[in-house]
Amino acid sequence: MKGWIGKLRPVFIFSVLALFLAGCGEDNLSALKPKGYGAELLLDLMMISIAIMLFVFVIVMAIYTFVLIRYRRRKGEEDYVPKQTEGNKSLEVIWTVIPILLLLILAVPTVQATFDLADDSGKSADDAITIEVTGNQYWWHFNYPDQEVSTSQDLYIPAGERVYLDMTSSDVIHSFWVPSIAGKMDTNPGGNENTMYLEAYEEGVYWGHCAELCGESHSLMDFRVVAVSPEEYDQWISDMQNIDPEATPETQSAQDGKAAFENSCMGCHAIGNSPAGVGPNLSNFANRTKIAGILDYNKENLVNWIMDPDEYKPGNKMQGYNVSEEEAQQIADYLMQLDHSEVTPESVSSSEEE
Amino acid sequence: MSHEDVLNPNQLPHDPEKATLEGKNKFIGFWMFLGGETVLFASLFGTYLALVRSTSGENTPENLFGLELVFIMTMLLLTSSLTSVYAMYHMKNHDFKKMQLWLGITVLLGLGFLGCEIYEFYHYIHEYGFTFRSSAFGSAFYTLVGFHGGHVVFGLSWIVALMIRNQKRGLNLYNAPKFYIASLYWHFIDVVWVFIFTVVYLMGKVG
Amino acid sequence: MSNAIAQQRGLGAMIWDYITTVDHKKIAHLYLVAGGLFFLIGGLEAMIIRIQLMQPESEFISAGLYNEMITMHGTTMIFLAAMPLIFALMNAVVPLQIGARDVAFPFLNSLGFWLFLFGGLLLNVSWFTGGAPDAGWTNYAPLSTTSPGHGVDYYVMGLQISGAGTLIGGINFLVTIINMRAPGMTYMRMPLFTWTSFITSVLILFAFPALTVGLFLMMFDRMFGSAFFDVTAGGNEIIWEHLFWIFGHPEVYILILPLFGAFSDIISTFSKKRLFGYSAMVFATVLIGFLGFMVWAHHMFTVGLGPIANSIFAVSTMAIAVPTGIKIFNWLFTMWGGSIKMTAAMLWTLAFIPSFTIGGMTGVMLASAAADYQYHDTYFVVGHFHYVIVGGVVFGIFAALHYWWPKMFGKVLNEKLGHIAFWPFFVGFHLTFFIQHFLGLMGMPRRYWTYFEGQSLATGNMISTVGAFLMAIGTLVFLYNVVYTAIKEPKASADPWDGRTLEWSIPSSPPFYNFKQTPLVRGLDPLWIEKMEGRKGVTPAEPLGDIHMPNGSVLPFLMSLGLFIAGFGFIYQVDNNLWYIAVAIGMGLTLGSMLTRSLKDDLGYHIHKEDLIEKGDGK
Repeated sequence: MKGWIGKLRPVFIFSVLALFLAGCGEDNLSALKPKGYGAELLLDLMMISIAIMLFVFVIVMAIYTFVLIRYRRRKGEEDYVPKQTEGNKSLEVIWTVIPILLLLILAVPTVQATFDLADDSGKSADDAITIEVTGNQYWWHFNYPDQEVSTSQDLYIPAGERVYLDMTSSDVIHSFWVPSIAGKMDTNPGGNENTMYLEAYEEGVYWGHCAELCGESHSLMDFRVVAVSPEEYDQWISDMQNIDPEATPETQSAQDGKAAFENSCMGCHAIGNSPAGVGPNLSNFANRTKIAGILDYNKENLVNWIMDPDEYKPGNKMQGYNVSEEEAQQIADYLMQLDHSEVTPESVSSSEEE
Repeated sequence: MSHEDVLNPNQLPHDPEKATLEGKNKFIGFWMFLGGETVLFASLFGTYLALVRSTSGENTPENLFGLELVFIMTMLLLTSSLTSVYAMYHMKNHDFKKMQLWLGITVLLGLGFLGCEIYEFYHYIHEYGFTFRSSAFGSAFYTLVGFHGGHVVFGLSWIVALMIRNQKRGLNLYNAPKFYIASLYWHFIDVVWVFIFTVVYLMGKVG
Repeated sequence: MSNAIAQQRGLGAMIWDYITTVDHKKIAHLYLVAGGLFFLIGGLEAMIIRIQLMQPESEFISAGLYNEMITMHGTTMIFLAAMPLIFALMNAVVPLQIGARDVAFPFLNSLGFWLFLFGGLLLNVSWFTGGAPDAGWTNYAPLSTTSPGHGVDYYVMGLQISGAGTLIGGINFLVTIINMRAPGMTYMRMPLFTWTSFITSVLILFAFPALTVGLFLMMFDRMFGSAFFDVTAGGNEIIWEHLFWIFGHPEVYILILPLFGAFSDIISTFSKKRLFGYSAMVFATVLIGFLGFMVWAHHMFTVGLGPIANSIFAVSTMAIAVPTGIKIFNWLFTMWGGSIKMTAAMLWTLAFIPSFTIGGMTGVMLASAAADYQYHDTYFVVGHFHYVIVGGVVFGIFAALHYWWPKMFGKVLNEKLGHIAFWPFFVGFHLTFFIQHFLGLMGMPRRYWTYFEGQSLATGNMISTVGAFLMAIGTLVFLYNVVYTAIKEPKASADPWDGRTLEWSIPSSPPFYNFKQTPLVRGLDPLWIEKMEGRKGVTPAEPLGDIHMPNGSVLPFLMSLGLFIAGFGFIYQVDNNLWYIAVAIGMGLTLGSMLTRSLKDDLGYHIHKEDLIEKGDGK
């Protein structure tokens, strides 16, 4: 029968195609290639649910296929009147009870995982790392309150350890999502603060997205989680604690850039420890993975970005700062020598960031 | 049933409000509508309870509310509900004049309630500077109580319009359902007020 | 009466007739045309979205315009396409199925339509006055409350007006089904489409007021300076999410339930079999409606409600799979042992079963609260809800239109063209949305204007866009079929499908009073019973007599027009107080019309027995 094969074919072909062509997606981005505790737990849960659902689907499709082949009206049967069955009590009971049992099988691990991921009992331990995450249009701020360290866009965490996040927003609702390490959690403005934890199994640079519509550049609010070894993490913290925002750059151009920066940029952008301000904190800017979270890191992009940010991130708040091209070059020189730590994304042993 | 029968005030069955199909439809439809209104007010109550602590400055429920006035308002509205019951009682006995009289009393009591509410709001705004915009609590308070007040205004206008329209021709099968559902509406307003009195004023003062 | 006038004069009279009509069959036409038009607009927006996402880093449209597109696509499809198309079906079919001459409140029926239409128009005017709403169809605060321009104001006013229309429509159908059933049509003899319309109306009644309140609060915040969602003044943005989803989740069932009913009737007719497990089907419908109200927070798993609330809502959500499963199996067993005829209506229905099963499966996956931390707000969710809304609601609307077209327009849609329209749409649908589940898991959040090279998302998006074009082709073929049928096809008989329920016992299309004599219902599938006993039609329950009919009225149109005008006033009074004049004019028109309605007697008119006899069988 052409009908039912036709119906199944696209489903089948494209599930296979999807898996082969895309190969479960990009490393360090895809939820299907877990690299952390939360993501792995959730992938297991997905697999359980898919298995149960496929079981049901196969049964439904078996009956469906059989019925369509067997009971399709054939030529000469136009006047045939089938028996008018009212129903069948035991069948009704069967297809009520069995789904309930299947759902119970799924409900148990679901509830377990839900409580597991909400478990913040480790947070009160002395050596527990807690980081304040603030979502902003359209960038992320990270504060390490116990260490008095601040940064934006690149979140450094030690691999193999559980790191707790206290999450809020300074403007609208955002959602913090690092698919390959953990699930997502909304950052709400006002008093509705959330917590979650990250635990990356291995060192790496992981992609993060904003997952709640937050304005024009919602799709451009990317960030990175840089998981380094615990030793390197300690090194990074101590480097970051020792930033001297006043340090004089070496080259003349960068010195001029510093002056221009202090003139035009410092109202919004801090260097060193600071709470979430109007614009991202620029500590350790020389070691950023991307410019503004999205552009490849090079001077040309940085200059273009400073000159016309709205071109790259529409609706962002860095508007109306008319710096000349020369000034932009100098500021770029200044920023690109803000090499505050020896620990960089490159020190990640297994980094595959292109 | 011909048009003459429907409009004839001298031929009324015992329950004139439910004697015709149109009357039955109105009756059930209006109960349904009140079901929807219940969800509407439930949502407003939920919002109010979520924001009742979001006050600014001294303008908290404890400081603002005076139970004396609210008690008088409650009495006015409860009594008006009772008088509308009397009106419906007379409608079932086909006594149009007494029905109009009791509806008139209902309207007067309702106007008294409304006057108190307007005074109350005026008082809050001018004595305390407590407005719709001063805090989330202010927004929630004026919205919840104001929605109820709006219902009172609408209910009063409705009853008055019906009274004037039918003044000369008396009760018939066409207008009996209209009077009846207007009085249902009035009862509903009364019930909502009982909840407002409890949740907003009593709990605001005590809790 | 109004019919006679329409025949005498030309186009103007016909327009006037439709503006003033209170006949449920004509109101069905109005809903169908308006809903169909908005469906095309929403479809166009969908195509623009898919073209933008066809390639990575595309700049086909700007990010701001893209947000307007996704917002308007969602809002249009849910509120202005799916809802009215369902109301079109309910209006066309429910009174006929229960043996009624009209609905309980013909005047309100017309009011419901005009409110919906003017609300929808108001919403779409925003395209031409400086920007459509851009905060998503869910319109979360504070993004919506702080959105510049007037786009979101249009969203608030437009939905408020059309929502009021929907609520009125819901009450009307509730009372119609409770009070207007023909003698012998007990609740447990009602056709499934009537049953599901009934439950849908209950859901409308209890769900829409929550949206009404949400929209009022949003309106006050944006236009009158209140602080419900303003955290700096103590507000709480989560309240909007709760109110929206307390409405929003039942809304999903409001959309799908009537089509479950339509599928039941279609499967039963084209299998030539009584619906298997009728009482279980009714029970499942009621249960779905009931559970639909206790699961709203599963849209908010990542908001931070805590593990206890998340677990409770996860389990209650999973529970809905049980009654849905009951339905699927009962449909399969209705066909089992039957004699299945592959008409276009049946084709759409058969396509629905696997598609909706997949949608239901991903629904259970999403219900798993912890796993939703990965799925939430990604293309997985987009894939899921399109599987249920397109695979369920849209397939259902196509199936139901093919099935009831003869009752609505007196002609059977061309079957061959029906099949030709089906295949590209069906294949395109799976191409478009199946891959999206994987895109989501591969790290693509929903509502993303663009994505980057090197994220392995390009292939999937390309496939998805190709599928969207196929769906567009299918839709165009269907439209062609409508025109072709109107011109070329012959008039349909009263019962072209060998139907089982009362609507097939009267001519296609029915006379404006529907039943000359109210039918006597002697069991489930009343027409089938009569046929099996060798009778031609249904036994009448009354002797031939005068029929009472309601008068047409222009007041519903004027009331809605008034609110439309007042809507502009409310939106623009923020800029200039002079706009309060528009508020006054509009509200004056609306309230004045209401007063007129209340004070002016409107007793309807009678069709006399003699006129009915003259018309013979009314054929």
